[in-house]
Amino acid sequence: MQHGKYRFIVGFLALPLAMYALFVVWPFIQSIYYSFTDWTGLSPEFQAVGFGNYRRMLEDAIFWKSLQHSLWLVLLLPLVTLGLALFFAFMINVGGRRRKNAVVAGVRGSSFYKIAYFFPQVLSIAIVALLFQFAFNPNDGMINSALAAVGLDHVQPNWLGDPDLALYCVMAVLVWSTVGFFVVLFSAGMASIPRDFYEAALLDGAGRFTTFFRITLPLLWDTVQSGWVYMGILALGAEAFATVQIMTVGPGGPDYSTTVLPLYVYQTAFRDGQAAYATTIGVALLIVTLAFAAIVMRLGRRERLEF
Amino acid sequence: MKTTDTPPPAAPVENTVPPAKTDARRPAAGSGEGGVLNVFSHGVLILWAFMVVLPLLWAVMASFKTDDAILSTPWSLPDRLHVENWSRAWTQAHMSDYFLNTVLVVGGSLFGTLLLGSMAAYVLARFDFPGNRFLYYLFVGGMSFPIMLALVPLFYVMNNMGLLNTIHGLILVYIAYSLPFTVFFLTAFFRTLPTSVAEAAMIDGASHTRTFFQVMLPMAKPGLISVGIFNFLGQWNQYMLPTVLNTEPETKVLSQGLVELATSQGYKGDWSGLFAGLVMAMLPVLGAYIVFQRQVVAGLTAGALK
Repeated sequence: MQHGKYRFIVGFLALPLAMYALFVVWPFIQSIYYSFTDWTGLSPEFQAVGFGNYRRMLEDAIFWKSLQHSLWLVLLLPLVTLGLALFFAFMINVGGRRRKNAVVAGVRGSSFYKIAYFFPQVLSIAIVALLFQFAFNPNDGMINSALAAVGLDHVQPNWLGDPDLALYCVMAVLVWSTVGFFVVLFSAGMASIPRDFYEAALLDGAGRFTTFFRITLPLLWDTVQSGWVYMGILALGAEAFATVQIMTVGPGGPDYSTTVLPLYVYQTAFRDGQAAYATTIGVALLIVTLAFAAIVMRLGRRERLEF
Repeated sequence: MKTTDTPPPAAPVENTVPPAKTDARRPAAGSGEGGVLNVFSHGVLILWAFMVVLPLLWAVMASFKTDDAILSTPWSLPDRLHVENWSRAWTQAHMSDYFLNTVLVVGGSLFGTLLLGSMAAYVLARFDFPGNRFLYYLFVGGMSFPIMLALVPLFYVMNNMGLLNTIHGLILVYIAYSLPFTVFFLTAFFRTLPTSVAEAAMIDGASHTRTFFQVMLPMAKPGLISVGIFNFLGQWNQYMLPTVLNTEPETKVLSQGLVELATSQGYKGDWSGLFAGLVMAMLPVLGAYIVFQRQVVAGLTAGALK
């Protein structure tokens, strides 16, 4: 029996673990090792260079720009997305007209809103980015022609072509595509909060905004916190890479105003042929990601409320 | 109780926002605050619904227009349905090939992910052995690491193994990168299943393997569906992995193909063909979402809720 058990465990774990080790774990370990070498990726020969790549990175202006943009995304994106999502979810679930026998009521058509808001979540970020690249087109795009149609002919921003605006355009697209998911997520959480809590608060004279900050938000805190981590990883990961790479000129431009860490890793490795230096920037990205997760976990730690 | 109920408990709010009070009294006799909030919340919610749906409808509309009409009158309806945009995108712009590649890659990797993920998760959830916790955290840790870091060496690993720019290579990578969430989710799911059924099967003489495939896997069906939907959408929409690891034109998947189309059509000026391609890629997923709405939402939010 014991013998059979271990054979079974090994038999079941061998294949998934081998694939995971080969395609995920091993490249991670390799990349940390490569960051201390001068490997180009083009030839198999390389030498250890100690902290040379790291010293070079600290003097690399584009690295600092990428880092700055990534940090900006990590700070702002969760804040805006989760804030909007909480607001919409609260409106959907508690913003309705008070009905008989119900202290709090959802707005009419709440299920329609939830279905529609969720649309972007099922679309590829590549499709979303392409669509908005055209929408932001300064001459014939949806947004500027809509502005002209309502009489704002003189307000025709260059959007993605304007170094001061481009990063916010990217951010807006990421917000657009992720808010719906959190509206649905928070709605589910709000629906599970017992009605008596709201009833008691209203009897005590609390308005809806007090209710939101004193009851809804604390009881939803766990979900908000995991959403925060999720959004941060998204802002440092594949979604930020895809939107910047597809939408912006360059990509990463104009004038490096939208470049982010994952894009800079990609360009350094596969455009410039400097694989070792790319892994060094990747290590910086790893440090930022882990630090972000640790900070959110630490700041967000509260007594868990059971209900 | 009754007496405290009759004057609406919004007294402090009324003092701070007097105009809101007077506005509200007219439409909704009774709860003033609720009335204003109701109008306001509907307004905001409808606005966002427009902002979400409008770009998508716009793309559908543009896919039936001529290039001139898209550029000169972006908000007008098409003069007639230019279906030729769609056929041009499907054949000349290789959308059919991209679709086929995507179906092959996602089909293979979804099956592999569910099979391997459930095998690993079952063992990690149900069996005690040294290193169990370590392996679990090894898998789960993969969820929060920046994938881009691993992709640089992975490109050369794949190149050396002859897996670069191949469908099967892409399938293997998709499976490997889907395992962290799948294992995390299914481990939790297998832990919630009762042990008694499996024990009964063992007493009846079923082997561990047979118990897994014939007893536990059918019991885990709801979990498999949730994580299956999650992985299906993730793999169908995947952009970063194929962009790095799959650059040959013949093996490109949908998301890459569209970006390729956008770059090349930008020079040719075939915007209508591009939007036809975009809508073509968008509609199956949106359609499936509307039909299986509840399951999709459950599948995508399952991981985030507890």
